[in-house]
Amino acid sequence: MWLEILVCIKQVPHPDHFSEIRLDVGSGHIIREGIPAIINPLDRNALEEGLRVRERFSGRVTVISMGPPQAQKALEEALAMGADRGILLCDMAFAGADTLATANTLFYAIQKLGKFDLIYCGNETVDSGTAQVGPQLAELLDIPQVSGVQEVTFSDEKGLEVRRALEHGYMKVRLKLPALLCVTRDINRPRLPTVQSIMEVVQKKPIIWKAEDIGAPPESIGLKGSPTCAAGVYEHKAGRRREIMQGSTEEKVQRAVARLKELGAI
Amino acid sequence: MSNSGEIWVIGEQHQGRLEEVSLELLSKGTALSQRMGVTLSAVLLGDEVEEVARELVFHGAEKIYLLEDARLRYYQSEAYARLLAGVIKEHEPQIVLIGATEIGKELAPRVAAKLRTGLTAHCIDLYVGEVDDAPHLIHVVPGWGGNLVMHIICPQRRPQVVTVKPGVLPKAVRDDTKKGKIIRVKPDVRDEDFRRIETVEVVEEPPKGKSLESADVVVCGGWGMNALSDFSKVQELADILGGAVAGTRPAMDKGWVDEARMIGQSGKTVSPGLFVSLGASGAMHYITGFMGSKVILAVDQNPQAPIFQMADIGVVGDLREVIPCLIEELKKDRMPKKF
Repeated sequence: MWLEILVCIKQVPHPDHFSEIRLDVGSGHIIREGIPAIINPLDRNALEEGLRVRERFSGRVTVISMGPPQAQKALEEALAMGADRGILLCDMAFAGADTLATANTLFYAIQKLGKFDLIYCGNETVDSGTAQVGPQLAELLDIPQVSGVQEVTFSDEKGLEVRRALEHGYMKVRLKLPALLCVTRDINRPRLPTVQSIMEVVQKKPIIWKAEDIGAPPESIGLKGSPTCAAGVYEHKAGRRREIMQGSTEEKVQRAVARLKELGAI
Repeated sequence: MSNSGEIWVIGEQHQGRLEEVSLELLSKGTALSQRMGVTLSAVLLGDEVEEVARELVFHGAEKIYLLEDARLRYYQSEAYARLLAGVIKEHEPQIVLIGATEIGKELAPRVAAKLRTGLTAHCIDLYVGEVDDAPHLIHVVPGWGGNLVMHIICPQRRPQVVTVKPGVLPKAVRDDTKKGKIIRVKPDVRDEDFRRIETVEVVEEPPKGKSLESADVVVCGGWGMNALSDFSKVQELADILGGAVAGTRPAMDKGWVDEARMIGQSGKTVSPGLFVSLGASGAMHYITGFMGSKVILAVDQNPQAPIFQMADIGVVGDLREVIPCLIEELKKDRMPKKF
């Protein structure tokens, strides 16, 4: 069984450095210079799942990302992990996209790439974390989709049974290919690129497509194609008392308990 | 903003049990509907869930669109999304509020994409405010692990669909004298809704111990609890305070708490009266899970830990000394119990 597999990935700032992200109050722009970028962690699980399915059956794994030119690095890493080809959707016309416009952009790229049996996404990103692009893309493609996927079992070549997370339990869902799955960290442990695979990747450069390459109508992508927009960004003011108790351990604890009582917390 | 078009809350129930977030949506929905002078309605899908529909009325919904069918007993991805998009198209609400639950986070984007309309994820607040001198519904969203707050608007397309983070907004108060109209909508459930995708089994494991969402005190242990090699002290402290136990991601990775009790951006958000953080340095994605707490007590050995910037009361010290001392002090305090 040959499977055409697509994995959607996003390059994100490293979450350990989020506290360094600052707001330029004058312009309202987010300053993220010098913050290392990584492949969104759950997107690595998505890629790992795609690679495992290819190894188990046969097929091809295509990795796609929308982002600035530096996102090419994320695709190169995905290629080093074992993806067969990488596509970067990179154009100023894509900028300012909300999740629907992002899903639209991916939709038009997929129209150009051809049919896929399985599309994998990470369930959410560590930056905006909306978890929306996967289900929105599935809706545009008119294929079944499941979020929160923890486990996948192939029942036959056109059918899957997946376990998806609930707040206090899980759900078993049966679905037919083609399908889109948004995976959680429970699904697998992503592999690391090997020295050999990193050497090989030199020959597999990602392909870069602009809006006109995928025939995306300007009104459906970027800021224009976004029903929602940002009206403002503000620094979050914690507004906390920040009282540090002083004295010996015992004194600190007694003072803390006394303050909690005064505040009506206990 | 317009004074025509209802505000809708999508009720979420599992086998007749209403998700708490539905009540949180109703409190916000009530406030917005009064501010805007429009009707607050709720939609409920399921099988034999009229009693749940009545609960929605008691919590503030003036109208309920009730879609009942045996095949809607479980959440069914395509059937639910198609039927919901259908009633939205028919009745044209201007705002649709959905809980950002595991199911809501899948259903909302499917529905919003069908309607080609705007969708904002996991809001922590919503209010009518002015942007460029025009009134808009402002969707308040935490960004970058809670470091920044974004205001999102949906200027043109309707309805504007918004998911709301569970555990942040107050719950609507129940009043069983409230009257509302239950409108039965015969759902046109089709075989093809289940041909490509079907939920075949739902297993719910109610959480052991005190529920995190309804607890007035939450005691949360982090990686630093390693020093005690004993996470049970967290439980002991929680018991004394009558609270629920939680953990950070490292605590979950260690197997000290279940995923259902993990606090943070990718876990639970809580807003209790008192949040106690033990041995967690205060990574942004953790802090965002309890920002809304009334009072925060933090204990950590590192005086430079960012958690102390986020706390009301801070105790810097070796957890092996501070925690037993805190337990003793609180026990002393609780001795003369009033019955």
